[in-house]
Amino acid sequence: MQYIPFNIPFVAAALLVGVALFIFLFKRNLIKIVMGVAILSSGVNLFLIALGYRAGGVAPIYTATPEGVMVLPVPQALTLTNIVITVSVIALMLTMVMYIYRHMGDIDAKKSRLLKG
Amino acid sequence: MEYLTVHSPILIVAIPLLAAFIIPLLSRLGSKVRDTFNVSLLGFVTFLVAILAIDIYANGARIYTLGASVPELARPEGYMVPVRIMFQVDGISIFMGLTITVVALAALVYSLQFVKNETGQDRFYSLFMLLYVGMIGLVFTGDMFNLFVFLEILSIAGAGLASYRVNLADAVEGGFKYIVISAVSALLVLFAIGILYGQYNLLSIAALANTMQFNTLDMIALAMLAIAFVMKLAGVPLHMWAPDTYAVAPAGITPMIYMSSAASMYALYRVTFTLYGGQFDTMPIGWVVIILGVLSMFIGVMMAIYQTDIKRLMAYHAISQSGYMLLGVGVGLAVLTDPVALANYGRDAMNGGIFHIINNALYKGMLFLTAEAIFFRIGTRDLNKMGGLAHNMKWTTIFFIIGALAISGIPPFNGFASKLLIYESVFRFNPLLSIIAMFVSLVTLASFTKVFYSAFTGPEMPAYREVREVPKSMIIGMGIMVACIIFFSIFPGLVVDTIVAPATDALIDQASYINGVMGAAP
Repeated sequence: MQYIPFNIPFVAAALLVGVALFIFLFKRNLIKIVMGVAILSSGVNLFLIALGYRAGGVAPIYTATPEGVMVLPVPQALTLTNIVITVSVIALMLTMVMYIYRHMGDIDAKKSRLLKG
Repeated sequence: MEYLTVHSPILIVAIPLLAAFIIPLLSRLGSKVRDTFNVSLLGFVTFLVAILAIDIYANGARIYTLGASVPELARPEGYMVPVRIMFQVDGISIFMGLTITVVALAALVYSLQFVKNETGQDRFYSLFMLLYVGMIGLVFTGDMFNLFVFLEILSIAGAGLASYRVNLADAVEGGFKYIVISAVSALLVLFAIGILYGQYNLLSIAALANTMQFNTLDMIALAMLAIAFVMKLAGVPLHMWAPDTYAVAPAGITPMIYMSSAASMYALYRVTFTLYGGQFDTMPIGWVVIILGVLSMFIGVMMAIYQTDIKRLMAYHAISQSGYMLLGVGVGLAVLTDPVALANYGRDAMNGGIFHIINNALYKGMLFLTAEAIFFRIGTRDLNKMGGLAHNMKWTTIFFIIGALAISGIPPFNGFASKLLIYESVFRFNPLLSIIAMFVSLVTLASFTKVFYSAFTGPEMPAYREVREVPKSMIIGMGIMVACIIFFSIFPGLVVDTIVAPATDALIDQASYINGVMGAAP
């Protein structure tokens, strides 16, 4: 019986999401914004996995189950999908940052702002 | 025929999805083969959407369950809740599906000549199909998680297309803003889905709506979903990305990205009406939507006045027009639990707001296309450098005039029909809102008069003496939209009765959406 006190996974997920939102609001470096997306995604993933976790549960494989509680399979499926999507989003964002750097010679959003008003 | 009708929901999504990955291979055979394939494929999908629409207007909502023995079987035998992936297409879904398909067809035909001289066309059309799949899947899906997946598909494809012209620095910046906003909003949606799943162990929208408890966690989830979708539809406090992205996206893509905003608006309505409808007092949410709408309307048009970049100007008008849709449907949402008010003016307000979605997709999309036609020929978007274009670009001028009159709500055009519905019904809800809406309409007219004078009228400018009319496929693309605008202008009543009223009913009637999946209420 592995009991986790104080709902630590949920607190950690909330902290990760908070850090990510802080980055979006106050950071202007484009690479940091990409990192913010990655952190936000990790926070959401952790939240989903923590939701599906049952203390002492076994892997939800129906053909060869030992006795006992299973962890929920659906949140794990959601998490897998989200990991794949986030990888592609981050790859796309990094490509764009690369192009912006090539055009502007800088990745500071304040300096490289062509579009105003 | 029967087979096509039954399986059309999945075919509409699956065919373009498969095509997206075949197109790069087909491109090896030459651009003619690829273009013919693309247009005929989207034509076939349009046909499927049409037969699905006819079926839905005759027989009511249609459910398609993947992997079930019979597609209509939402719940496997012996289960209390739906566990399979499911499409649930009702009046409002098919309304959005029709709008998206018409815009996509026009945009595709327009793009044929527009991207002819660019590199990477095979990827362009691949992403185009993916963007279409994302939007159509978003409006057809019956479960929350696929809503997230399709939202991400349309975001990634849309961002890739917005920065298609990577040789322009501003294009990449516009695309980057779009992907940041999309990623954040999609992850917020996923977080909200996690909250709902943690409580009810359900992902199906209908089953969730059936068991909703309206406790604090649900309200937090609602706030997250609302923020995410408002961000994605460019409602005013969160609109900063829209002008940048709309302005830099290539021509055929701007209407498509605009439609993806409209699809997010559909998602907002689906969540507020269907998921959180029912016994819950929707007055506060309705007022939030109304205030968002009024802010979008007013600030959007005020920002548009002093723009000199023609596409940025139109992008701000797009934000302002979204405000009308939010206002109309918001009034309906506010009086949802009051049957008398709903019958008196709420239903009309919603009809107006929903009718405005398709009208706006047509004329706003067409105006974006004309703006890009000008850019295609003279290479600038700056209004101060334009002038006298009416001498050489006659078709574009005529299309622009029609679009400008329609967006300003001048009778007899279709913009007038939907705006009149909104004015009349909103006036009975709160006169002040109606007056603001009329004022915004006037300012819109003023702004488009400015564009018309600076771009098209005046003597022929020496620099543009050699400018010719745009190629034929671009004229046909705009022509498709103009034909729809004229049809809608002549028969507004017919259109409202056949396609808009079922959409409104589908939003209001939460019970039938739930019963379609869960069986008749006990």
